[in-house]
Amino acid sequence: MRFFEDIEIGQRRELGSFTFTADLIRAFAVQFDPQPFHLTEEEGRKSLFGGLAASGWHVAAVFMKLMVADDQREARETAARGERVAVGGPSPGFKELRWIKPVLAGDVISYAKQVESLRLSEKRPEWGILQSRNTGTNQRGELAFSFLGTVFVPRRRV
Amino acid sequence: MTLTLEDFPPGHFGTFGPRHVTREEILAFAAEYDPQPMHLDEEAAKHSMLQGLAGSGWHLCSIMMRMMFDGYIDRTAGLGSPGINEMRWFAPLRPEDDLTLDVEVLEARVSRSRPDTGIVTFQCAIRNAAGQRLCEMISPVIIRRRADALTEQVG
Repeated sequence: MRFFEDIEIGQRRELGSFTFTADLIRAFAVQFDPQPFHLTEEEGRKSLFGGLAASGWHVAAVFMKLMVADDQREARETAARGERVAVGGPSPGFKELRWIKPVLAGDVISYAKQVESLRLSEKRPEWGILQSRNTGTNQRGELAFSFLGTVFVPRRRV
Repeated sequence: MTLTLEDFPPGHFGTFGPRHVTREEILAFAAEYDPQPMHLDEEAAKHSMLQGLAGSGWHLCSIMMRMMFDGYIDRTAGLGSPGINEMRWFAPLRPEDDLTLDVEVLEARVSRSRPDTGIVTFQCAIRNAAGQRLCEMISPVIIRRRADALTEQVG
């Protein structure tokens, strides 16, 4: 997370990749989304997905996992330079979330975020509001997942 | 009986729950997927915009998915969803909340590309025991048509 003043439209960060193993896909699905095509290879093959497919909410939650890890890396680097660390705020929601390609067992998804818009909050003068296009791309280079996220970012000084 | 496209006319579909959410669940999800201090640490959360320990918005989404599954998807000929048009998080999920899910059908139509299926656009909202709306989602789901729907049309 950076301060509002240090963010520019178009800034992009690669967040790292994640391998969706069959075990991880099933473990998430058992808890939150036990539709048959998220539970067994056989049911997955019979479905529109063509194989054991991760729940879309699993694909989204892993985006968050890698984004927070990236934030924490950036915060450690900032602190190591002796600079003040920006602590992000919550999110009021998201739009245009698309599960474009199924994420099947063994797929490796590389996540990224790119700043799409930036403005000051009218109600909370100490905060800005950032929109970013967040994506997941599979090992074949196909865009599999995308959404437009919104988050509060702190201003350096008010 | 399995629910098909014909069982989702526009209007109120149903209300499901309550589903109790424990502090342990909130902390476990946050530790795995969203380890920000406002979701993990009571003291840090108190000083955040959320003013107290709050579940991750993605946890709330995942719980909503499970409530949808338990409420109707388990008995629906559902084929998956292409995405979420919009999700709004209005108020934080708190430890020990009891959640209720309200489901409305906004639109139901036959798919042009796959005429044996239809697309139902749902509006799903979660409220807590105090009636406070925590989130609202608009999302299309692909649902199979009744087996005789096509032959009826042809015949």
